[in-house]
Amino acid sequence: MTAVEERAEAAAPEVGKARRRKEDARLITGRTQWTDNLVLPGMLHLAVVRSPVAHARIASVDVTAAREAPNVVAVFTGADLAEEQGSLPCAWPVTPDMVNPGHPSVAVDRVNHVGEAVAVVVARSRVAAQDALELVDVDYEPLPVVLDMEAALADGAARVHDHIDSNRSFHFVFDAGEMGTGSATDQAFDDAEVVVSRRFVQQRLIPAFMEPRAVVVQPQGDNYTMWSSTQVPHILRLMLAMVTGTPEHKLRVIAPDVGGGFGGKLQVTPEEVLTFLVARRLGKPVKWAENRSESLMSAHHGRDQIQYIDIASDRQGNVKGLRCRILADMGAYLRLVTPGVPILGAFMFLGIYKFPAYRFECDGVFTNKTPTDAYRGAGRPEATFAVERIMDELAVELGMDPLELRRKNWINADEFPFTTAAGLEYDSGDYDAATREALQLIGYDELREEQRRRRESGDPVQLGIGFSTFTEMCGLAPSRVLGSLSYGAGGWEHAAIRMLPTGKVEVVTGASAHGQGHETAWSQLVADRLGVPFEDIEVLHGDTSVAPRGLDTYGSRSLVVGGVAVVNAAEKVVAKARRVAAHLLEASEEDLEFSGGSFGVRGTPGTGISIQEIALATFAAHNFPEGMEPSIDAEATFDPENFSFPHGTHICAMEVDTETGFVKIRKYACVDDVGTIVNPLIVEGQVHGGLAQGIAQALYEEAVYDEDGNLTTGTFVDYLVPSAADLPHFDTGNTVHAAPGNPIGAKGVGEAGCIASTPAVVNAALDAVRHLGVTDIRMPLTPERVWRPIHQGGDGGDRAPAGSNAYGGAQTETTTGVSTEASALGGDR
Amino acid sequence: MIPAPFAYARPTTVEEALQAIADGGEDVKVLAGGQSLIPVMRLRLAAPGTVVDLGKVDGLRGVRDDGDAIVIGAMTTHSDVLADPLIAEHAPLIAEATGTVADRQVRHRGTFGGALVHADPAGDLPAVALALDAQFVIAGPSGRRTVPASEFFVDYLTTAVEEGELLVEVRVPKLTGQWGMRYEKFNRVAQAWSIVAVAAAVRREDGHIAEARIGLTNMGPTPLRARAVEEALAGAEATAEAVGAAAARAAEGTDPSSDLNAQADYRQHLVTVLTRRAVSTAAGL
Repeated sequence: MTAVEERAEAAAPEVGKARRRKEDARLITGRTQWTDNLVLPGMLHLAVVRSPVAHARIASVDVTAAREAPNVVAVFTGADLAEEQGSLPCAWPVTPDMVNPGHPSVAVDRVNHVGEAVAVVVARSRVAAQDALELVDVDYEPLPVVLDMEAALADGAARVHDHIDSNRSFHFVFDAGEMGTGSATDQAFDDAEVVVSRRFVQQRLIPAFMEPRAVVVQPQGDNYTMWSSTQVPHILRLMLAMVTGTPEHKLRVIAPDVGGGFGGKLQVTPEEVLTFLVARRLGKPVKWAENRSESLMSAHHGRDQIQYIDIASDRQGNVKGLRCRILADMGAYLRLVTPGVPILGAFMFLGIYKFPAYRFECDGVFTNKTPTDAYRGAGRPEATFAVERIMDELAVELGMDPLELRRKNWINADEFPFTTAAGLEYDSGDYDAATREALQLIGYDELREEQRRRRESGDPVQLGIGFSTFTEMCGLAPSRVLGSLSYGAGGWEHAAIRMLPTGKVEVVTGASAHGQGHETAWSQLVADRLGVPFEDIEVLHGDTSVAPRGLDTYGSRSLVVGGVAVVNAAEKVVAKARRVAAHLLEASEEDLEFSGGSFGVRGTPGTGISIQEIALATFAAHNFPEGMEPSIDAEATFDPENFSFPHGTHICAMEVDTETGFVKIRKYACVDDVGTIVNPLIVEGQVHGGLAQGIAQALYEEAVYDEDGNLTTGTFVDYLVPSAADLPHFDTGNTVHAAPGNPIGAKGVGEAGCIASTPAVVNAALDAVRHLGVTDIRMPLTPERVWRPIHQGGDGGDRAPAGSNAYGGAQTETTTGVSTEASALGGDR
Repeated sequence: MIPAPFAYARPTTVEEALQAIADGGEDVKVLAGGQSLIPVMRLRLAAPGTVVDLGKVDGLRGVRDDGDAIVIGAMTTHSDVLADPLIAEHAPLIAEATGTVADRQVRHRGTFGGALVHADPAGDLPAVALALDAQFVIAGPSGRRTVPASEFFVDYLTTAVEEGELLVEVRVPKLTGQWGMRYEKFNRVAQAWSIVAVAAAVRREDGHIAEARIGLTNMGPTPLRARAVEEALAGAEATAEAVGAAAARAAEGTDPSSDLNAQADYRQHLVTVLTRRAVSTAAGL
């Protein structure tokens, strides 16, 4: 037996191994190439003057003083760039008559939200650029501010954009009866024995990725290289070509290591375009890097919907129909997929339940706020929240146990594949099995018993238990489906595998990792397929010259689309290597077996040649099969036929201090089915991070604007992102139903925790205090918002829109880099 | 974000520091641990012409025993406060409140004196100093003066420290008798400022509450003493009922703000619950 064979027998499969991530050492220590630590010779620094007012006509911009400031090279206003800046792209016209007002990168004559770029200063140092910002004098003539979606749609409402007819961008309808995917909805409601209607508010969130955004553009002749802290280098390159008119082949976009995105960097940003335009005009490398305040205020936000939900059922709890009318806040402009986010959600409002009838309507509404766009889950958290909350409301109305109601209506394991009234074909799963396991994990019976005791004794601290039995669609993807939804691109993904002479392997992926662990997971996939050691594999990504084709990372698509492309490319490598092996071993291909990275002649031990040896033989090409080109490299592009549908049961046990309104998660258990698990450690990490963000929506985070349209939550003092200290222990588990739609069997896990957890947490809090007369509490469940309904009724209402008095009352208006009266506080504070 | 340009002085003695402050004129800011000043400078909420950094004034660090009081140097860091045996013995309320300040990194740099002289109404230490009747020693060009806590906190972010002066140390009287203490802090996430907090020191005698001192955090532009509660508790029986009845008066004379975390009426409710809890714990109930 050769050494190769011995190793092969000893090696356990890589897929399923809880490997520590190979990229983490450099990411965690920061010793790597980010965009902001890139320094180029002669590089200039760009800083952005941002509007401190939400809606105004720009009467004048005086840049004289700024131009004369030390080390300032240039100052450009909107008027200076108006001819060449074009409009930022919106790639998702969700209806044929959707109104897109256009989105200048720098405002020319109107500003439409606080934080919008008004001018840029270019200087020889970041400090000089920052200092000169305050010297730009902008004269704003205030216009009426539009902030409330319902008011914005009323007749005679002030308009965000006066060149379009109203504040409505689109009206999108999906009616299952009309589409033939379900029965008539109005009929279902007319016939229903029970109808429950609720208005839910999905508050506005801020993605708050760890690494603020940064861009560097380097002109070289008529070529341009852009480094950007982006999730989407490939999409960015294409869009940059379309916006700026620079031909695509003259553009190279590099996403070096990127510190998180959560959808917040799935964008073509004003700052990317501005940095490009300035570098092109000056012929010098230019860098822009934002500070946290700029990031919170001007990077796109997420969620922000008002949801009117009606559910119909019979007295026994068999659901008959669901009707959703959604107002979705676009903010001031349409960005890359702004209108698509609520429409993506349109297909998930039915959750895991067998609603025979379904109607969804959505208005996209303009307001004088930062544009919204993708944020972890993008449409699906909003949908999941609505259905999981309304199921609880229906259970209360019927006097049924919320879990019993769910069981009665969910798709049974033997009913897959199941096509819902929204027209989606759910692939696989077992909701009951996941639920049973989750109940066990959390210790359900003891918690219900404790809840009963606390209620009977009138304990000031009440206990509640909330469920979320969710599914989501992952692997954004099927290009034909995306096309049918009018999305501007496909959803395939590309990979290439290069076999180096020493037998080492380069895996090129079009998926652009920004913290997910692609390098580790892809190495595991390839190690198994090629039978080479994990350590011998390097994963390359994020540079359009290195990975020329790709559609990047978002929507839990990387593994289930991009990973499959990698696997398919590896299979092609093996097929090519087989031919070489047959030649070298003087055997026919059919007689060869491939295992543990080595080809051997069936029934003839000791004849093996490893794929790594074949790589060297291919490099030399001295002795190669007749008519075969000397390469065993391969590439593959994968476009799935359907989405994948992870699911799970999340259960939250919540303590509510009725005297103060303080809520505390006592226990949290979830059992997720994400299909085949490539790396359990990465899966658990994704679930934990997702839970943190989903719980944060329920309890902590909210982008609040004051009545003038200032972002009150302009720093992390007021925009509360929880830390590990604020979150409970998570009891996590998995059931595994392999996805039938791809050879890995994976369904996607990047958003599951974030989508599932929010309604479980809110349902738990309500379960604790329903007996005290509380029927709803607005998110986030601040202590005040919980206390008020218990003692005064209502749903907690709006929060006072003033920032915390701590920290000297740091607020947006004074953190824009624009000198205003309010910011001229000198040394007194 | 980058602060506006400023001149920088780094004295090594109190005298040098006072000189540097005098030289800096009207537009001078004193840098202690920098945990409040640096952020507001970076946000350009503050743009002092001169920053006088006390980091090298070693004489302002440390805690010493001075007979009937312990004396805490203004530049003693929160983490040094937490580790100090004199504070643990004579003023555990200070240690308890300090332990709730922000996070470990902030406590390592932030200072006791800096937190007090910044006088953030949401900061934790002012109410504690008020409850413990601390004395503030302020150095100026014409010598030193001592100001009681009751006169030290003048307004929002404003103290009795005048232009050209420097807080150098804080004297905390040693308490005699059987005292229990509790800092009851209410915030939404671990590292956040107090929405409301209550500092309580209670002396028990023969099953009664002989004396209670209660400081309130973030119930107005300055820290406040809950005098009505203190009066109701003086001589009261150490029972849950008596404490509850007294604590119900905690909002009297308060003037809290309304913000994202809490509107004023809710703060005034919270303070009664937190006072009841703080006093109950301090009284050993």
